[in-house]
Amino acid sequence: MDLLQTIGGYLFTDIRMAAPVLLAGLGLLLMNWSGLLNIGAEGIMLISALAAVVGSHFFGSVWMGLLLAMLAGAVFGLLFAVLTVTLRANQTVVGAALNILGLSLSTTLNRVFFGIETTVTKVDAFQVWEIPLLSKIPLIGRAFFAQMPIVYIAFLLVPLIHYFLFKTKPGLNLRSVGENPRVADTLGINVYRTQYLATIVGSMIIAAGGAFLSTGLLNFFAEDMVAGRGYIALAAVIFGKYRPTGIMFAAMIFMAGNVVSNVLQVAGVGIPYTFLTMIPYILTIIALTIFASRAVAPASLGRPYKRG
Amino acid sequence: MSVILEMENICKQFPGVLANDRVCFSVKKGEVHALLGENGAGKSTLMNILCGLYKPTSGEIRLEGELVQFNSARDAMELGIGMVHQHFMLVPTMTVTENCLIGDKEGGSIKLDRKEAGQRLKELAERYGMEIDPDAIVGTLSVGEMQRVEIIKALFRGAKILILDEPTAVLTPQEARALFKMIRALTDNQFTVIFISHKLDEVKEISDRVTVLRLGAVVGTHDIAQCSIEELARLMVGREIIFDVVERQHPVGDILLEVNNLSLHRLHSHESNKLLDDLSFEIHEGEILGIAGVDGNGQAELVECLTGIRKASSGEAIYQEKDLLHLSTRDIMSHDVSHIPQDRQKTGLVMPMTLVENFALQDYYKTSFGKRGFLNWTSVEERSSKLIQDFSIKTPSAYELAQNLSGGNQQKVVAAREISREPKLLIAMHPTRGLDVGAVEYIHNQLIDQRDEGVGIMLVSTELEEIMRLSDRIIVLYEGRAMGCVRPSETTIEEMGLMMGGRTLDEIRNGRVKEAPIEDMVM
Amino acid sequence: MKALFTSKMKTQGKAGVQQILVSFSATVFALVLGMLLIYAIGFDPFSAAVSMVEGAFGSKNAFGETLVKMTPLIFTGMSYALASRCGLTNLGMEGQLYMGALAGTATGIYVAGLPAALHLPLTILAGFIGGGLWGLIAGALKVRFGASEIITTVMLNTIAISFIDYMVNGPMIEPPGINCQTQPVRSSAQLPTLISGTRAHWGFVIAIAFVVLFWLFLWRSKRGYEVRVAGLNLSAARYSGIHTNRNILLVMFLAGGLAGLAGCNEILGIQIRMIPEISPGYGFDGIAVSLIGNNTPFGIVIGALLFGAFRAGGNRMQIRAKVPNAIVSVVQALVIFAVVASQMLLDKWNEHQMKKINRQESEVA
Repeated sequence: MDLLQTIGGYLFTDIRMAAPVLLAGLGLLLMNWSGLLNIGAEGIMLISALAAVVGSHFFGSVWMGLLLAMLAGAVFGLLFAVLTVTLRANQTVVGAALNILGLSLSTTLNRVFFGIETTVTKVDAFQVWEIPLLSKIPLIGRAFFAQMPIVYIAFLLVPLIHYFLFKTKPGLNLRSVGENPRVADTLGINVYRTQYLATIVGSMIIAAGGAFLSTGLLNFFAEDMVAGRGYIALAAVIFGKYRPTGIMFAAMIFMAGNVVSNVLQVAGVGIPYTFLTMIPYILTIIALTIFASRAVAPASLGRPYKRG
Repeated sequence: MSVILEMENICKQFPGVLANDRVCFSVKKGEVHALLGENGAGKSTLMNILCGLYKPTSGEIRLEGELVQFNSARDAMELGIGMVHQHFMLVPTMTVTENCLIGDKEGGSIKLDRKEAGQRLKELAERYGMEIDPDAIVGTLSVGEMQRVEIIKALFRGAKILILDEPTAVLTPQEARALFKMIRALTDNQFTVIFISHKLDEVKEISDRVTVLRLGAVVGTHDIAQCSIEELARLMVGREIIFDVVERQHPVGDILLEVNNLSLHRLHSHESNKLLDDLSFEIHEGEILGIAGVDGNGQAELVECLTGIRKASSGEAIYQEKDLLHLSTRDIMSHDVSHIPQDRQKTGLVMPMTLVENFALQDYYKTSFGKRGFLNWTSVEERSSKLIQDFSIKTPSAYELAQNLSGGNQQKVVAAREISREPKLLIAMHPTRGLDVGAVEYIHNQLIDQRDEGVGIMLVSTELEEIMRLSDRIIVLYEGRAMGCVRPSETTIEEMGLMMGGRTLDEIRNGRVKEAPIEDMVM
Repeated sequence: MKALFTSKMKTQGKAGVQQILVSFSATVFALVLGMLLIYAIGFDPFSAAVSMVEGAFGSKNAFGETLVKMTPLIFTGMSYALASRCGLTNLGMEGQLYMGALAGTATGIYVAGLPAALHLPLTILAGFIGGGLWGLIAGALKVRFGASEIITTVMLNTIAISFIDYMVNGPMIEPPGINCQTQPVRSSAQLPTLISGTRAHWGFVIAIAFVVLFWLFLWRSKRGYEVRVAGLNLSAARYSGIHTNRNILLVMFLAGGLAGLAGCNEILGIQIRMIPEISPGYGFDGIAVSLIGNNTPFGIVIGALLFGAFRAGGNRMQIRAKVPNAIVSVVQALVIFAVVASQMLLDKWNEHQMKKINRQESEVA
């Protein structure tokens, strides 16, 4: 019984840790499928983490925080789209700049709104929405059915986005833009509009991930709190072979590093925590050597498209 | 049959070239209408206008009597015009069904019903004697199957007029046969087919009428039944070509390059439709061997194999006691071989670099260009200035970016660089493409001078005048095979046209002209 | 000869001047936006600007700080630019920086008995090789497996930083093991001060020396020529017989080495010992520096000066004008956006002009 409970506890932690990475990965996925390679998820998550706290604090509702966060994400996404779709600038450079902007702007505004104090301002955060009965199931009950709403949303988005991408016509059209925009164009699809939409919606989903960090996992904003999860999301997309279910498993495997470290510490095995933080990245590199990311990525990923 | 399509006085002007010159082209419903012509005749341009990818500079298009204007490919598609391009517009990672459904606006729901659509596609295909697997991933299909998908895709989207651009260029004979059956099935069902080609046999076989284009203008529209292949050849290449074979000053020397049984298979297939099929020929010192033929019949592949860019499947190319087919590009070029590539923008020049930097491209690694790992830019500059002067390259400075020069001057830069390397063997592919008359003259004189100094030249060109004027001997390529080897003084334009269209010299001269339909072609 | 030189100046000069003007105006535009932002969050933009300039150039000390901040940026700017010139995107500068720092620290601490004249160059070489090998990993992954260097270099960043964390807190920790830092580097491996009374050190001179090497390599050497050709037109490079794969490996090694020097010099000149965090983002700033400098040697120095001044002045601005230091990075990001946008707009404009000229020519014909 105790063992089940312990493992169930690990599962619970893993899932809630994986949620923000999953959200970021899904948002990135939408953009990738439209042909855009956005490495700026870290920046988007940072600004939306702050926006969520600001919204929750000043409007008194954590849902307002989420809304504000998604708005911030949309603005960042729009900025990205204008530069990379309309102006056809280098997507990697713009993404890197987005990261710098996200970090610096969130730090600055944090000081402006909340001042530099020793105690962080705590805000209203998401509460756990326990699903009665189901949450009592041993082992998986707590992990699957006693999480915060954003976690549910994150995992529900997996089949939803999968369905959208692979079972609907707009999804097919989106993917055709990412695979071969010229073909899509000749078949009457508005490539630019598709890319804009994918970016803005995708950025909003990434923003939800950021919001969960500051108003879910924790209930305050700390500078640079995303701590590299944006990059892990990037890795998750590749490791997950650009599929929603793949990203979900990747996120859970990557975040399991924390769990593993706890287990090992309890067992007395001394693998330094720092090595465990490397796991997602090493795994991704290994994955890249096994399957060329080019083989599974949308064929036109990262290439600016020019009409005519 | 009633007229379904009329293109009236279509003109299309590109910078420096009039691609379509007051073309009048009308097609009847349910017929197969061939558009015949050499490279640069304007066929593809005309059809790109028809399917909405280009806008005509002037002229009108009427569909079933109504004036229409296309602002995009989508417009043309919605009006029932579907084009199957030479380079397929397919997404290799998606299935056949998915490819046909991209951008599809039919049906109310956003749900993607692959099964239902796949069913419809299968039925559509079977109706016209084609077989497709809707769930196959396009990337795994053979070229012929991909083409079928393109046709089905066009039909699926409501095409009533189907334009096929050089469809048999990538097909095996059986696949071509199957295609023709398909075409007949379509026309039996009141679909109209426009068939772009340079292959005389096929045009004669499948079409009802033919319109011949030459240099952007219509030369004639005829009923096929009343046209012999010889007449078609004559129309295609024209009789007014004036050429004067340049007199030989020096005798031809020893064999410089000996090619034996050179073959190149297509990727993923060993079918008889090879890219290069058992080519054997020699080039002597002080001789220009012309390689003629319509673009796409193996010329590019031949050059790539000889210059180390592509690996041949079998055969040998003996030069200076080495086999070029097994050497790297650097090795080949360092043994006094020069290459003027066919695509100056892609492989001949580095567009964003200066002319000086471009002039260094082939030989920079030699000590004459700099010692101990450094480039001696001063000497490169001097060389460049001289070449610019010698070749009359119009540029404000040697440091102008290559991309800012006109096309003709860009070509001069490439030619200057390669010729000035003092090669023993020069492979020149389309060396005068895009040049004005004066520049063409200059390059020709350069080639002749080189020949007179003992250089062996392989001149690949689609310009018959150029080939006839400069070559000592000419080989015509068709589908990777040599149709024959002739001397310009001993052949006629008609003969050349026939070879370019698929007849061997043997057949032509010994009267064994086949009028039999494609079915009887031995597989 | 003179004629060629002047013609070179004219053609390349014109394009260069265009670029410079455009980048300059974009930077100014971003600075103005930055000032507006400072105003929007409730501070006085002018006093902020003044204290920024003071902090960057106002005194000998300030100028020294600018040089200090500039030095690593020159290296990372060159790193990104070199890779770009080869058609590669090196996002791994942070990681390469740290690996170079680690290698330098180790050589500086554990190699004993050498005079400074030997020890210092050796340590710097170690720093270069450390970063270089780290960059080479990504290059090898690309050549052997086709793995995109954009992704692998980012992944290698975290691996490197985690590894340094482990080393500094573990095997290399300074006894008795209370502070998470290493021992100081031996004095024979430390970079001497450049301007007395400031923190500016000879690493700056080394950086400038490498700028010259950078220029020599790309524009004077044969290998550099190959790299530039391959970066602009891979097909033409292959047709010319250039071994593109070998060059990818070389360039990733060199680029990694340059970034490694950024880290190594920080240690030898400023930190003196290794700590878990020595880079406030110098790696990614290198992208901006290279961008503003249009991947050219002189431009990189200018870009490094600009961003170095930002960082140096930012501290003072925070103290004097109370404006949060992070605003400096916001402005940096705005500069990147503005420069990128302006460069693309310039390209579009030039394209439009070319089309017009061609159209006119064809109409005449």
